[in-house]
Amino acid sequence: MNNINNNTLKIVDLNHWFGHGEMKRHVLQSISMEIFPGEVVLLTGPSGCGKTTLLTLIGALRKVQNGELKVFGKQLYGASRKTRQKLRKNIGMIFQGHNLLRCLTAEQNVQMGADLLNGFSYKARRAQSREWLRAVGLEDHMSKLPHDLSGGQKQRVAIARALAARPKLLLADEPTSALDSSTGREIVDLLKKLALEQSCSVLMVTHDPRILDVADRLLRMEDGQLLPSV
Amino acid sequence: MKLKNFFEKRKIPLAWLLLTRQPLRILVAIAGIAFAGILMFMQLGFRDGLFDASVTVHKLFNADLVLISPRSKSSISMSGFPRRRLIQAMAHKDVIGTTAVNWNFLLWRNPENLSTRSILALGFEPSKPLLIDSDFQIKAETLKNKGRVLFDDLSRDEFGPISSWFKNGRIVETEVGGKRVRVSGIVSLGPSFGADGNLITSRETYLELSPGNPQGSIEIGLVRLKKGADTAKVVRSLDLSLPSDVKVMSLNSFIDFEKNYWKSSTSIGFIFTLGAAMGFIVGCVIVYQILYSDVSDHLPEYATLMAMGYNLRSLLGVVAREGFILSIMGYIPAYISGQALYSLVRSSTKLPVEMSFSRALIIFCLILFMCMGSALAAMKKLADADPAEIF
Repeated sequence: MNNINNNTLKIVDLNHWFGHGEMKRHVLQSISMEIFPGEVVLLTGPSGCGKTTLLTLIGALRKVQNGELKVFGKQLYGASRKTRQKLRKNIGMIFQGHNLLRCLTAEQNVQMGADLLNGFSYKARRAQSREWLRAVGLEDHMSKLPHDLSGGQKQRVAIARALAARPKLLLADEPTSALDSSTGREIVDLLKKLALEQSCSVLMVTHDPRILDVADRLLRMEDGQLLPSV
Repeated sequence: MKLKNFFEKRKIPLAWLLLTRQPLRILVAIAGIAFAGILMFMQLGFRDGLFDASVTVHKLFNADLVLISPRSKSSISMSGFPRRRLIQAMAHKDVIGTTAVNWNFLLWRNPENLSTRSILALGFEPSKPLLIDSDFQIKAETLKNKGRVLFDDLSRDEFGPISSWFKNGRIVETEVGGKRVRVSGIVSLGPSFGADGNLITSRETYLELSPGNPQGSIEIGLVRLKKGADTAKVVRSLDLSLPSDVKVMSLNSFIDFEKNYWKSSTSIGFIFTLGAAMGFIVGCVIVYQILYSDVSDHLPEYATLMAMGYNLRSLLGVVAREGFILSIMGYIPAYISGQALYSLVRSSTKLPVEMSFSRALIIFCLILFMCMGSALAAMKKLADADPAEIF
């Protein structure tokens, strides 16, 4: 597990700033962390502490300004747009809102994830999408539009969509914030179970104290700095 | 094999679903594109129809070459030249026959309400061929009697119910140029821009109806050549051998000469082309509006797709495909309505407005260009989709 070359994520001394001149804010201050394959890591902290920024940097959605950030061994500092876009295919993302495509059915939404895989026929990708929907317990809702699904169901579709692309790292940004407590619990348990089956690492940002126990490791962040682990 | 491969590789048809899951939006888009298409079909159809109408008679002439006066500018202002030139043209070894044609406007009296109207009168020698229609020579026999005319049943109704009276066996007599004539047959030529109606008569009658016309002067000389003769070569050699008071041209260039007059010396071409351009612009604005608001509405979804690992190019492809689908879906109703409107125009104005393949193709290309151009402009909005903003 502690093999350095094998880690999913390795961050060394990462800094990030927002704004220019007088307004420049140092939102991430020399962050260093690692995530190993199959690990579930929770990141907590007050809002505005830079959690989401860190997540977008790891998700290759932003340019790294300073420091070292390696995902699957690929250096993201100075990486081109193309490299980042390709890397994103291997990172699953689950958002605060479900962010499903409104015009697609649950099944088609999941297939948008499966379509990112190369070398599978349309039929195979379709079958996989159905399999994932079954895994998240939505076999009876495959042809429903997001509009007709409940919040928990939408988040399940989002999980199925993220996993359908077979990511090696799953980033989740407060996936339970829009859900009631029991649904939130179910979703997180499901997320952990399915991720582990795929030996996919999970980095989850959350405020929700009820789900902290799913974590293998808990990271706390405050004012752009990681606090020493408890 | 390739097709199967393509089929296997296909993905969720996002562009199609985006459009079809918003029925109101696609309906507006289709209506807009179809409207633009219909406008273009009508304007260009009218334009070409009017140009074609200006040569309805020209196209029917049984001739390989045509002699006209260099002072003639168009069918509505034909000048005379000496008939002798035709006889001189006979000297050329490739020429096998000629027909002298008088061509001018005369006043026709409507036998029903006695109002007068200007009609195009053609005078020729009935024993010589004039039109390519084979029935025509039989009808032309009747013109050997003095005071007989053949009336064009495609002439506008204002000339009177001549053909229906004639077909009912009535003797139709009226005045042309103040002289009494009798209709001895019906032909089908078609009205043109300059002429609302046509009549054909013998030169003898013609000269009587228009007494001011000098005996030896004609407006058009038709020349027929031997089979296999090189038209261009004969045109050149006749042009050299004949005096400069005639111009020699092939029948096709005579037709183009007439069309060119209407194209260049009148504002018809400009007006109708402008009308078509307006349709094009209206269509562009509508499609752009639709696609732009579609992209704006789905911006978070596009951003999500980018976060998932879809590259910008594939998303641009979605917008382009939306444009392509819209162009097809808008073109079909435009084409069908165009056909229907053309037949309406044909029956009510007798203008030869036809759905030509080239026009159908040109308008399809214009609509495609309109949709793809608008899609291209709407794509700029996609650049605003920042996946980092959706967290």
